[in-house]
Amino acid sequence: MINYLFDPAHWSGADGIPTLIGEHLIYSLIALAIAAVIAVPLGIYIGVTGKGVFMIAGLANALRALPSVGLLILLVLLISPAFPSKMGYILPSLIVLVLLAVPPILTNTYAGVRAVDAAAVDAARGMGFRTMKILTDVQLPCSLPLMLSGVRSALLQIISTATIAAYISLGGLGRLLIDGKAQNDYSQMVAGAVLVALLALFFDQLLAFITRRVVSPGLTRRTVKATLPSGEVIPSETAKTPTAV
Amino acid sequence: MNFEWLGRQFDNIVFLLGWHVLLAVTPLILGLLIALPLGWWAHRSRRIYPFLVGVAGLLYTVPSLALFVLLPVILGTKILDPLNIVAALTIYTVALLVRVVADALDSVPQDTVQAAKAMGYRAYQSLLKVELPVGVPVISAGLRVAAVSNVSLVSVAALLGIPQLGSLFTQGFQLRFFTPIIAGIVLCVVLAMILDGLIILLNRWLTPWTPKVVAS
Repeated sequence: MINYLFDPAHWSGADGIPTLIGEHLIYSLIALAIAAVIAVPLGIYIGVTGKGVFMIAGLANALRALPSVGLLILLVLLISPAFPSKMGYILPSLIVLVLLAVPPILTNTYAGVRAVDAAAVDAARGMGFRTMKILTDVQLPCSLPLMLSGVRSALLQIISTATIAAYISLGGLGRLLIDGKAQNDYSQMVAGAVLVALLALFFDQLLAFITRRVVSPGLTRRTVKATLPSGEVIPSETAKTPTAV
Repeated sequence: MNFEWLGRQFDNIVFLLGWHVLLAVTPLILGLLIALPLGWWAHRSRRIYPFLVGVAGLLYTVPSLALFVLLPVILGTKILDPLNIVAALTIYTVALLVRVVADALDSVPQDTVQAAKAMGYRAYQSLLKVELPVGVPVISAGLRVAAVSNVSLVSVAALLGIPQLGSLFTQGFQLRFFTPIIAGIVLCVVLAMILDGLIILLNRWLTPWTPKVVAS
């Protein structure tokens, strides 16, 4: 595995490691962007209006039960005859990636909007904020932590499933695993597994970092330390944001 | 759907289903057994909690196919050994449940714990007879998530050639044949629903004091 990773021949060319990482990232980020464009507005709408809540509960569990490998292969067989080019496997892969990424973002956005302190919304209304301004200045910033934790689990799900999609000939780091299996080259498979795991860990930590940067400190109580008149300091509580979903 | 093919393949499909159940349920039980003491530890110590939950979060991040390939290096098993799948899914189950068990024990009202103490329960008796039973609904909610995602994750092992329902997907792909794929998806979803239902029933049986309201 070490030898595989340090062989310069594996770091250049059309099937070199940088190209594979690039492909993995492009497919993952496109899928994440499409999923966010669908799920965030829908989640906000359901959270604010309370319409369609019944959809939320069933959707997350139903989609978790669907085996992603089966879904991928089913869609490739359905779609690829209509698209003779590379789109024949890129399109089904993207559909499955988006399908898996929508539920965590949708449910967390909805839960985030629902969980906003009603007193904060009332206070904003009392101060003369219009509905739109309450949404953009109070409800959305307050629901950001949960929303971003949904994005985080969606991205992990996408990176993981994009690896599997190498089986239906999608590019990306999964190639090392699938081609390694086909060639009985175990060191190539392990090298691929290590790179995929590192990629996932990197993006998990990156999103955790972004969350810490953009979420208002007043929400996480990270930097807030209350001091009693006696001078006694009440230590700040560490916020529990769900990671494994 | 080619039902004639399904009839001919019946024995094989039952064999694959059996393996699928074994590979999905064993890690669930092992994971729960490991997560209970770890979760209790996290619940007891405020210092250990963020550490255990952090490690669990990192383990949960590793993509399944990568974990299936990496475990043989660590365990010294062969790549085709079903043990790798059991170990990988046990890791995911533990990672998910450690936090759930800790939060379940945290959710037990202090009044309840103190009432048990006042009635003369020792610490271990209070844990086994009061705190754990009261935490069962939270734990079983986490167990349901783990069960359903295990069933789906087992099928990924088909890409490495380990026989279970996922083998129907790879077979259908190689033959360009829809029947095994659809049969595999349906069986996976039904299996997930059955496990989910069993955990709901188990939860109801273990907590006879909760009102009989059907959760949506």
